[in-house]
Parts: sequence; structure tokens; C-alpha cells
Amino acid sequence: MPYSETAREEQPRTPSLTIDALGKKCPIPIIWLAQRIGEVPLNAVVAVLADDPAAYTDVPAWCRLKSHPHVGTYELPEGGWSIHVRRNY
Amino acid sequence: MLSAVEHSAVLHAAGVHERDGGAVSAVGVSRTGAVRVDAFAEAVAVPGTALACLQTANHEVGTLQPVAEVAAACREAGVPLLVDAAQTAGRLPLPEGWSVLTASAHKWGGPPGVGVLVVRKGTRFRSPLPEDEREGRRVPGFENVPAIVAAAAALRAGLAEEHEQERLSALVDRIRRTVPRVVPDVEVIGEDEDRAPHIVTFSCLYVAGEALLTELDKAGFAVSSGSSCTASTLRPSHVLEAMGVLTHGNIRVSLPRGASAADVDRFLEVLPGIVRRIRQEAGVSS
Repeated sequence: MPYSETAREEQPRTPSLTIDALGKKCPIPIIWLAQRIGEVPLNAVVAVLADDPAAYTDVPAWCRLKSHPHVGTYELPEGGWSIHVRRNY
Repeated sequence: MLSAVEHSAVLHAAGVHERDGGAVSAVGVSRTGAVRVDAFAEAVAVPGTALACLQTANHEVGTLQPVAEVAAACREAGVPLLVDAAQTAGRLPLPEGWSVLTASAHKWGGPPGVGVLVVRKGTRFRSPLPEDEREGRRVPGFENVPAIVAAAAALRAGLAEEHEQERLSALVDRIRRTVPRVVPDVEVIGEDEDRAPHIVTFSCLYVAGEALLTELDKAGFAVSSGSSCTASTLRPSHVLEAMGVLTHGNIRVSLPRGASAADVDRFLEVLPGIVRRIRQEAGVSS
């Protein structure tokens, strides 16, 4: 899977902000991420909760395009993922 | 075994094989959609591999596949290679090294319903269709000869237009270079140079592909989004997923034979305003 190349080998750290986009179709999870990543301090982590299959690919792709590191993607027990992004600038 | 970005027709055939108790393995691709030759060579060398499949060019992003290198690996492993030439037959020279080659007449302007199956001498081949005595047991029933003749005539006519593919390729180049300049937050996808002459794909951040399609349609442009063949499933395109690129806000432009430079210029003129409007409606300032 392409995303694993950018995933870091580290413990999932407690996100400073969690965006609940469960049940929302792409591009909404990414729009919300772009709108709110500025709310956390530099180097803090934002978690996007999403269950649209497109988010699994698109959040890491957004990270690559916008130069914010994709920390990792973790499966949620109730389905979907928590996708962690570190604010880089 | 096959690449992860084959056409859904090939994937569905692989699915039938799996349902019949067979196994299928898929090899990943680079960010531009080209299959990884090393991984392909490794997978094809797995004992018991019966068939390898690879497209000449990807149907969604246009990237040319390294067919010659993969064919060499298949030859070394003694595994026959099926090459799906649907995207490039009639546009580019056929690659070397295939055992079985397929193409579809409607892709080069021939009638739909006519396909091409070329089986190289010495390749073990048995049709999955019910056998009867016609066409060396390859196709049951009576062929549609007028359609087949029309397919051949269309192929000949296309090949006679010597510089058409170069002309289309230059227009694709114009789209590839212009879109990132006039639309913010856009990713042009696939290989810049090693690509089919007529296909270009890009993804716009924060935009729903369907909204783009609707607005472009109103402006007089029939383009595609994501995977045209599986769009009804609401799954993101398996091709874009395998490449790890944006799957939303995706637009694929396929230039038909005779597409004019003026049409391409008008497309590039209307696109930035359409993307801006959709983003504004979604509350995104870019």
C-alpha cells in the first residue's frame, strides 16, 4: 500500500485535535482538515476520523501535496480509520 | 498474476479465476502508475504461475507500462504474458514479447462489439467459452463479419493519419503544463513523457469529481472522473488508490481523433473558474 511508505514507525501520539468526519464523503474530510489544521501548534498532530474509503488514500495524498507529514493510519474498531497528520508549517 | 492497475475487465476475469478456486496476485505501481518491474519479475517467478497480465498503457492515467522488461521476466520464468493493448492499439506500435494480445476496436474508432485476440504460435491456449468448430474453437457462434471489416477499415484509416497521434500528444502536453499554472491545488497525474498520446488526468483538491463533471458538461465538455467503468460502485478508482494519489476531484480528458486545439484552449479557459466556484460553494478558499 502506498501510504505505508510515508507512515512513520512511531507510537500513535495523542492528537491535539480530532476531526470527526465519519459518515462524510470525500472531499469533506480533507476540506475540514485543511480548514482546521491551523488551530493546533506546529508539530502537533491532528486526527481525522473517516470511513469513506477515498479518505484512506486522499488524506495521505493531501499530506504529500501540502507538505504536512502523514504520521500514520490506524483502524477504528467500529470501522473506518483515524488518520494522523502532523502540522508542519 | 497482474498489475494492480489493470482495467476492470481484466480484474473481473481474474475474479472469475478466483471463484473457480484459482489464486490471483497483484503487483503494485509507482506514484505515476508504472508497474514495478522487480516486483513483477519476483511474482511471475513464483512456481505454479499460469499467466501474467499487463496493459500497454493505463486506461485512467495514460502511463505506459514497461512491457518489454516485464516480457523478458516472463520469458525467463516460462510464464505466458497477456498484453492488454486496448489503450494503444492503432495509436502506438505494439510492444514485443507478448504471448497473447488483446485489443478492442471501439478504442480506435471501429464499431463496438469487435475485439482482437492474437495468440502467438506455440502458446498453449484454450478458450474459456463453450467450444464449437468455428475459428479454431476460439469463438463460438457466427462472427459479425461486416463489423470486423469495419474495424479493420477504421484501423487502417487511423494509421493513415500519420501525425494525428503526435498532434494529440502535443495537446495533452498543453493540458499537462497549463492546468497546474491556472488552477491552484491541483495534481496532474501519471507519466509526463512515457504516456499514451490521448489521455490526461488530474485531481483538484477539495472538489467533488461529480460536481466538476456536471459543470464541465454544462460548458460542453464530456470528460470522465475516477474510474469510468466502475463509477457506479461509489468506490474510489482502484488505479488512483494503487498509485497513492488523490482519488477525489479527478478529471480524465480523453482526446478523440480530430480534437481541435481551439477546444482544448476553451477547456483550459473555463476550467479555473469552474473549480473556483465549486470550492467557494464548499467553503474553501484556496
